[in-house]
Amino acid sequence: MNRSFKDFEHLIRLAALFACGLLLFTVVRAEYVPKDFGKYGHYRPGAMADVAARPMTYAGRARCTECHEDTVDEMLPAKHKVISCETCHGPLLKHADDPEVAPLKADGQALCLRCHAANTGKPSHQPTVVAKDHSDEDTCTACHKPHDPRMDQE
Amino acid sequence: METTRRDFLMVGTKLLVMTAATAAALEHVLAGAPEAAAAGPYNTAEHWWAMLIDVEKCIGGGHCVRACKTENNVVDEPMYFRTWVERYHINMSDPDHPIVDSPNGGINGFSEKYADGDGKTFFVPKMCNHCADSPCTQVCPVGATFRTNDGVVLVDKDYCVGCRYCVQACPYGCRYLDPRTHTADKCTLCYHRLTKGLVPACVEVCPTGARQIADLKNPNDPAHEYLRTHKIQVLKPQMATGAKVYYNGLDGAVR
Repeated sequence: MNRSFKDFEHLIRLAALFACGLLLFTVVRAEYVPKDFGKYGHYRPGAMADVAARPMTYAGRARCTECHEDTVDEMLPAKHKVISCETCHGPLLKHADDPEVAPLKADGQALCLRCHAANTGKPSHQPTVVAKDHSDEDTCTACHKPHDPRMDQE
Repeated sequence: METTRRDFLMVGTKLLVMTAATAAALEHVLAGAPEAAAAGPYNTAEHWWAMLIDVEKCIGGGHCVRACKTENNVVDEPMYFRTWVERYHINMSDPDHPIVDSPNGGINGFSEKYADGDGKTFFVPKMCNHCADSPCTQVCPVGATFRTNDGVVLVDKDYCVGCRYCVQACPYGCRYLDPRTHTADKCTLCYHRLTKGLVPACVEVCPTGARQIADLKNPNDPAHEYLRTHKIQVLKPQMATGAKVYYNGLDGAVR
């Protein structure tokens, strides 16, 4: 054994320490990083499923039509046919899943005026009124049926 | 025995290679077999989602804002919006500086403010543009936000550390920090609905059809013809974000 080999031994100890550190890092990393991380990009693919698992509140018009086809038919001749049920009646998935859960009653005048109150920002093709001039004190529903609001219906 | 430089380098290199090889092998062993992909009816490779917004149809009723807050359980306070509606007023004497307001994101609609004939007033719904090359995903230091294969920009709440880089990076102001979780949050394009074959809540409730969801990988989607035959613009095209919210009839003054 000469002096230079002792120096070499010292380097081996350092290398062993380095190897242990690397091993520890690898083990910890493998433990904490999800196995499929980076499968599609620098992210955890499971996050997509997490986001997709959110509960819904809006059922969608197709669900409403399953039971309320008569009401949907009623809307067909009117311009309101393009409006989804839940635009006025609110989110109704709970009602769709369990008809016992009563839907909220649509809140009348305020609801009509959201779309039909005169406002310079609204496009010119949108039918709007100034409520006071149009119907005085009467509610909208005194003359118009919300599902088919035409005045000249048979 | 004298250790030469050659010997030293040889031994050192061998040690390094062996350590690296051991580490790689160990990682491979610990990773185990890849998990089988969940076989569902929804395949991300078959879709590429985008949104069409027809400014000429928007009446500023705020249905989309309310529906979005309900559907996604967004914090019910001002300044937290995944979608909102802005009112632009362009005075013809100074068309380059439009007056923009959005009272509470337009959640309760807009009260009358401008006189008829006094310039041009219109509504612009805003939301995440689900950019193909989104600046917000590029700046995330922890891989907590990403663009999916079907073109939706999402946030991984488990990974987000709440550093707010993405909030600053988004040129459209579409991100916020959820005060309940202290993680970044944004429009998911109602990913939970898209993957079940439904349209996003804002599209569902829009009474005038100003918002339409488009699957650009579906050759039968009417959006293709719509995009070809209309004057379509995106917001801030100069930023090359690959924005996928396509506006029809957008005034050049909109920022």
